[in-house]
Amino acid sequence: MASDTMTDQHHHAETKPSWNGGAEPFKASYGKLMMWYFLLSDAFTFSGFLIAYGALRFSMPSWPVPDFVFSTFPGDFHHKPLLFVTLMTFILLASSFTMVRAVQEGHRENKMGVVKWMLWTIIGGAAFLGCQAWEWNTLMGKEHMSVKINPFGSHTESGTYLEGDGHDIKEGDTFKAGDSYLIHKHDGEWHPLKYRVEDGVDAGKEKQQQFGPKAFGALFFFITGFHGFHVLTGVIFLLIICVNSYTGLYVSRKNGYEMVEKIGLYWHFVDLVWVFVFLLFYLL
Amino acid sequence: MGHLSYESSKTIATKTILILAFITIFEVVFALLGKGYLVDGFYISGWITGGMMILLSIVKAYLIVYEFMHMKYEVPGLVRTVLFPTLLLVWAIIAFLAEGRYWLGSRENVKNPPATESSSGSTPQGLLYELPENSL
Repeated sequence: MASDTMTDQHHHAETKPSWNGGAEPFKASYGKLMMWYFLLSDAFTFSGFLIAYGALRFSMPSWPVPDFVFSTFPGDFHHKPLLFVTLMTFILLASSFTMVRAVQEGHRENKMGVVKWMLWTIIGGAAFLGCQAWEWNTLMGKEHMSVKINPFGSHTESGTYLEGDGHDIKEGDTFKAGDSYLIHKHDGEWHPLKYRVEDGVDAGKEKQQQFGPKAFGALFFFITGFHGFHVLTGVIFLLIICVNSYTGLYVSRKNGYEMVEKIGLYWHFVDLVWVFVFLLFYLL
Repeated sequence: MGHLSYESSKTIATKTILILAFITIFEVVFALLGKGYLVDGFYISGWITGGMMILLSIVKAYLIVYEFMHMKYEVPGLVRTVLFPTLLLVWAIIAFLAEGRYWLGSRENVKNPPATESSSGSTPQGLLYELPENSL
């Protein structure tokens, strides 16, 4: 009887070498538990950023309209609000699904299944990063938005333009309060347009387009950048774990590819954060 | 997680991703419709579209955490230790958005100082500096 218990314990220690402290808390392995708490702390970091975004946005009399700012699409398409970012969302959602499939294949110890679905996830993550690079490049290179300067503004009164910008606006075009505009930059010079105010206390006065709230560019690049950094880290770890799966490292552990499950938790969290970035930056 | 057969967990994953995709399409179409991009001259109040989108995003978050991250199949203790701390954020969101509104009011007060009894004179009281003429 005593020897039976001994061998039992010995056997237990061999298959689960990472936990020797008795019953596992919450019936979850220490690795998975710690991943949950890491994600919890990460959620607080992201919340800090997103709450700062909300507070600053609420404190501004005007804010650039997202449908105006994010309305370009590869291939020189303009005025396609939300189209590109919806594509990005779908890429990330699809990669979340392939990740679930990889975890499921891991549970039944199907090595090639795990590798196949992880590769799809890596492709999805890389495609998302590529999209983000294109979006940033358009904003910084073509529209000249930066952390310090935000050429996207919003009118607070209605009026009539007194000059055209050579793009979409012609002399005599009218606009309403709340309409957004982009101040163009040619040959290193900003060209804010002059307009005549048509209503409110300043009716009849001539004014010039003002730069939008500075915080917009800073918040956009920091928050999507921090999220993109998470995606990049995720892709790197996915690659490492995919190679490890292929070499059969997790076969010998016989724990249902737990490592795949852990990186899966992280990957879904990245998708979860995107749900809220998508909501706050693009939808609202 | 051993609670479900391989086939049934595969079905659940497919179903979940389809619901998530559907909600996302709905959100985008609803946002564009509400802002008047789809039907000329047709708008929906920002309170309705905004509220709807926040609600749907929470549904999406629930599906991702409970189905994809398998929170549904964890023991209650684990669920509580992860979810209860995030509830603190509800207060943080309310407090900071209210603070943002207050900042907006403060900015307005600096730009257009509210009229007081003593402000009929040439120097506004309570301001350490005079506002330049073109500060508007």
